[in-house]
Amino acid sequence: MAEKRVVIALAGNANVGKSVVFNHLTGLHQHIGNWPGKTVERAEGTLSFEGYTIDVIDLPGIYSLSTYSLEELISREYIALEKPDVIVNVVDASVLERNLFFTIQLLELETPLVVALNQIDVATKKGMKIDHERLGKLLGVPVVPCVATKGIGLEDLVKKVIEVHEKGHFHPLHYHRFGFEIEERIEKLTALVERVRTGYPPRWVAVKLLERDAEVEKLIYSQQPAMKAKVESLAQEIEQIHSESSPAIMASERYNVASQIARESLAIVAPTKAGLDERLASLTVHRIWGYLIMVLVMSSVFYGIFTFGDFTSGSLLTIFENLRSIFHTIFGSSPAVEFIWDGLIEGVIAGITIALPYIVPFYVAMSILESSGYLPRVAFLMDSALHSIGLHGKAFIPLMLGYGCCVPGCMACRIMETERERFLASFLTTLVPCAARTVVILGLVGAYVGIRWALLLYAFDLLLIFFLGRLAFKVLPGEPIGLIMEMPSYKMPSLEVTAKHTWFRLEDFVRVAFPLIVVGNLALKTLEYLSVLPIIERTSSFLTVSWLGLPAVTMTPLIFGIFRKELTLVMLAALVGTRNFATVMTGTQMIVFATVVMLYIPCVATIAVLVKEFGYRKAIAITLFEIGFAILVGGIMFRILRLFTAV
Amino acid sequence: MSTSNIEEYLQTLYTLEEEQKTATTTEIAKRLGFAAPSVTEMLKRLARQGYVRYEPYKGATLTDQGRRIARKIARKHRILEVFLHDILRIRKGRAHTQACGMEHVLSDEAGNSLCRMLRFPDKCPDGKPIPICDEDVEHCDACEPTGENPSRRERLLPLCSLRPGQRAIVRFIRGGTMAVQRLHDLGVTTGTQIQLKNCAPLQGPVEIVVRGSALAIGHGLASKIFVEAC
Repeated sequence: MAEKRVVIALAGNANVGKSVVFNHLTGLHQHIGNWPGKTVERAEGTLSFEGYTIDVIDLPGIYSLSTYSLEELISREYIALEKPDVIVNVVDASVLERNLFFTIQLLELETPLVVALNQIDVATKKGMKIDHERLGKLLGVPVVPCVATKGIGLEDLVKKVIEVHEKGHFHPLHYHRFGFEIEERIEKLTALVERVRTGYPPRWVAVKLLERDAEVEKLIYSQQPAMKAKVESLAQEIEQIHSESSPAIMASERYNVASQIARESLAIVAPTKAGLDERLASLTVHRIWGYLIMVLVMSSVFYGIFTFGDFTSGSLLTIFENLRSIFHTIFGSSPAVEFIWDGLIEGVIAGITIALPYIVPFYVAMSILESSGYLPRVAFLMDSALHSIGLHGKAFIPLMLGYGCCVPGCMACRIMETERERFLASFLTTLVPCAARTVVILGLVGAYVGIRWALLLYAFDLLLIFFLGRLAFKVLPGEPIGLIMEMPSYKMPSLEVTAKHTWFRLEDFVRVAFPLIVVGNLALKTLEYLSVLPIIERTSSFLTVSWLGLPAVTMTPLIFGIFRKELTLVMLAALVGTRNFATVMTGTQMIVFATVVMLYIPCVATIAVLVKEFGYRKAIAITLFEIGFAILVGGIMFRILRLFTAV
Repeated sequence: MSTSNIEEYLQTLYTLEEEQKTATTTEIAKRLGFAAPSVTEMLKRLARQGYVRYEPYKGATLTDQGRRIARKIARKHRILEVFLHDILRIRKGRAHTQACGMEHVLSDEAGNSLCRMLRFPDKCPDGKPIPICDEDVEHCDACEPTGENPSRRERLLPLCSLRPGQRAIVRFIRGGTMAVQRLHDLGVTTGTQIQLKNCAPLQGPVEIVVRGSALAIGHGLASKIFVEAC
């Protein structure tokens, strides 16, 4: 029997249990990566069912098919242009109206559709009773009730999907109709659009043109610039009738249809009463208790990640140290053997001991915070504080994690919606002094100059973040948007989903970041092996000695600090021949050195994450900026401090 | 007592109200540069005309009638400031003095046309909010240049000034296209009923319930959504 392949895509709002459906369908046959060239997660997997091999793509959770976010653009391009065989629209039964607003937009794209009416248990608890057959008739597509968390209804769902696939393509019998005056103009425009090849359904293109959708306008007007005038006049006619802007009219029309369908298929059986989760929801955003709970949760997350990380990192290091001596007893210790270990194996070890021990607990914590619904509460509470640096509440998570390690910090920037906010948050996160930099600040300035100076450096860094944040906010192009987000009801996070998320995201991280770390290490070791470091030290002395006022030997630890910042101190001790830095460096030199270390470059692992999230160009831009900025600030600081102290 | 004089007093009271300060005679005297006794005299007169409530030693508060006039004047003043500062490049202090003179002779129609020309600013150069107009439109984009928009009857207030638990209907959304689009996608369209659930302290976001789902909206955005309490 020939293999029968079906491609299905899961689409739906955020927080509807889409990833739970995905996990149930695909089990361990899944793969998490990025959409080509985009910082949006792409999850796909396969499932075998009654002789069919079904490829499942989990589209990002979105509320509309407009151009608000990358996720929305990716989803609509994928659905319309790649044409999966069947779209499964996962719908949260307890928020039916808003979910149907999205379903209606999927219907506009004229693809074969099956609605998975999920979380009916939650809806029932809220006192809602949904007639799914009636809903199916009204929408014109099959509706399968299910409770994904318990696996109920998912087999029926797959059966329905195959049935729809077998029946063939979408028959546009069930357009929801807009008002007469709008339909008339859509028809006129559709006739015109039919002559242009776009790959999208003509009616959809017509509707989007009337909505003044920037992407579709670009697509059409590049081929048919003459159509612009016609579209404008039709859109203005509609606006005249409604005295509203046309995108607003279309949104209202869709909501009218959604709300009517929801009303006709929904019966409220019992009045909603505040349950436990409702009370928890208001307690966690309370103006006093909310903050207390947040401090408690966040500090335990922070503490948890870093105690686990430190412990594992330490024990792994010991294991590898032992391995190293075993390695040497077997192969001897000729320079070539040394090079193999230091240049190749050391890189892998660094990846395993530095990055992984922190990333694993971070992924677990993030997954739990996300799926439980607590993350939006934190964003809610921290919003006003972060407005001063041009970010909104969600950015609190990456910035806070940055104090531990910038690697998970930069990864957490994905929770920001637009590319602009993601980039801004990542940039600021790399400037937060992570644990490794804390080692240098406390170990050098704190120990030898005084704890007050160390704290002053922290305050100075906060000031810089504030200042650079405001600057970047002004300079970066794009419209800044305040906080608009859903506050989902609390859910018990599923252990299985958390474990799978962690595992598959880790796989992705290792694939992208490890090669960079290994290559970076190899390059540095090669430099050392060829003994070009003294040459670099001499040639760069204009920078270290003349501009920054540091001893020339500091260049070497600074170069190696790119790899691990906490190593700079150890290496410096080795180079100057003593651990008592006070004998070889002045207080000013120590402060300047610590400042430069604090700012000068994200470490290799962080750069790897930046590359993974934003591509090489932006990662290099951040890196170069920070090198230049650190040198500038260090030099100015040296000159100012020299004025005050004669040390 | 001239109209512009009355308008200056009412505007000062309005500003004090915005800053959540009590309008004492001394405070008003300081701001307007008059002597305290003449301010007391003036407040009594304004009270007789029904624009303010005045209690000796406590201060004055605006009546609804007074606030309506004050809002209009504050709106014109701040729009003029934006025009003088952003377009004519006049320095802030001088723009303020100039606007103080012009605001009393500017017609409503010209004020609203200026607002359209400046692409619907929401803050004056000093960062104070510009009160919304009373034309009956649902979005700034739908504002017609004819000057014949019907007048709004209801009293609109920004979403962020609702009390927790209070219900209201969205009537007008001011501001950037992307944000308005996002609000629409999440179900906040004009004519929709919403309920305020929580607000975070220190000008934090508000949490509302709309179409059965809970949304958090940042303070900046929430102050651009105008509702009619019900």
